[in-house]
Amino acid sequence: MHELSLATSLVEQITVIMGNEGASTLHSITLSVGRFSGVEKEPFEFAFPLAAEGTPAENTRLIIEVTEMKVKCKACGKETVHDIPLAKCGKCGSLDVEIVSGREFKIKSMEVE
Amino acid sequence: MCTSCGCGSANLRKLNKAGKEKVVPEGYHVHSDGTIHTHADDLVDHQHHYEGGGQHAHPHPDQSERRVLELERKVLEKNDRYAGENREFLAKRGILAVNIISSPGSGKTFLLEKTLERLKGKIPCAVIVGDIQSSNDARRLQGKGAKVHQIETKSSCHLHAEQVGNVFHEVIDKKTKILFIENVGNLVCPAAFDLGENFKIALLSTPEGEDKPVKYPVIFSDAKVIVLTKIDLLDHVDCDLKKVRKNIRQLNPGVFVFELSAKTGEGMDAWIDYLAKLTA
Ligand SMILES: Nc1nc2c(ncn2[C@@H]2O[C@H](COP(=O)(O)OP(=O)(O)O)[C@@H](O)[C@H]2O)c(=O)[nH]1
Ligand SMILES: [Mg+2]
Ligand SMILES: [Zn+2]
Repeated sequence: MHELSLATSLVEQITVIMGNEGASTLHSITLSVGRFSGVEKEPFEFAFPLAAEGTPAENTRLIIEVTEMKVKCKACGKETVHDIPLAKCGKCGSLDVEIVSGREFKIKSMEVE
Repeated sequence: MCTSCGCGSANLRKLNKAGKEKVVPEGYHVHSDGTIHTHADDLVDHQHHYEGGGQHAHPHPDQSERRVLELERKVLEKNDRYAGENREFLAKRGILAVNIISSPGSGKTFLLEKTLERLKGKIPCAVIVGDIQSSNDARRLQGKGAKVHQIETKSSCHLHAEQVGNVFHEVIDKKTKILFIENVGNLVCPAAFDLGENFKIALLSTPEGEDKPVKYPVIFSDAKVIVLTKIDLLDHVDCDLKKVRKNIRQLNPGVFVFELSAKTGEGMDAWIDYLAKLTA
């Protein structure tokens, strides 16, 4: 289960951000997690409080927004959503696409005080 | 000191909001409103955007205020930074690095044994092998002309970039052309961690069945090369190569697929030739 090591990285990152912002309380954190990022929502929700124990992220509300696999075609300009991590345009079949979402694992926002 | 705006040294002494003089040590950073923060930690990618008159775009509001920080920052940015350093190190030396990922027992080590034997005396290779415990794999790979280093990850189910970069000096020398990184046997976790490789290679052995790419789409869509191993067992296992190929193509249309048996040597020529061409 790599979710615990990911959660630990996240908590380290949170601590640094809060230090830089001069914040002492983290009310909530919103993550954007691609459906095909390799990170699973439930195990991560389980791991986060364990990693956060004794840090400013303890007792924080964790909000995970799971994003769909979406690609934007550079050939025809259309956006398509796939139910597999396919880097291919669903309209014209071109492989020249930009991945809009579905693979990312990032902090979207933090509500601090 | 912040190298992008240089204000750490220029404003070494500055008044804070209350009008009291503060001394700003090296590694700290003063803003035009007098607030101070540190850049000493290297975990933060602190960017400066100037809007005209040298005003910092990132706000440093009253510290007691409840507020939302819009961040859009990758959680694995620390690993990605180490991976970037590894990639730069390898590129400077003209070394091809591949990150080999599969379930335990697919045949990563065995394929590497055979590959090293075939490349010995022709292409100088290095191997870093990750396992949760033991150095059995490293022992199997010894004496085949390549320097081998084993990383025991203990409880961790994947290699990460810093771990790998830390042992480059154990295996890489001036002659090295290919670095093989055998990741911990696992189809899920290693996929999320960039090690600084040129590309990932996923292995799938015929006894594992044809639906592995469907069940583990992240790694099978990320890999630039997929090796279907143990094709000598096709008569004995329930695995339809046509279905495997179809499942792979649907997910990853541009991928190179090698079908081989490390045991009988069937299909090995194409694989060895491919590696030789990549490093020529
Ligand atoms: N029949 C057959 N067995 C293989 C082949 N490649 C590997 N094996 C066997 O599969 C087992 C696991 O291989 P190993 O290299 O340790 O797998 P790893 O865990 O992915 O490193 C060993 O007993 C190998 O001898 C192959 O092409 N054909
Ligand atoms: Mg092995
Ligand atoms: Zn298109």
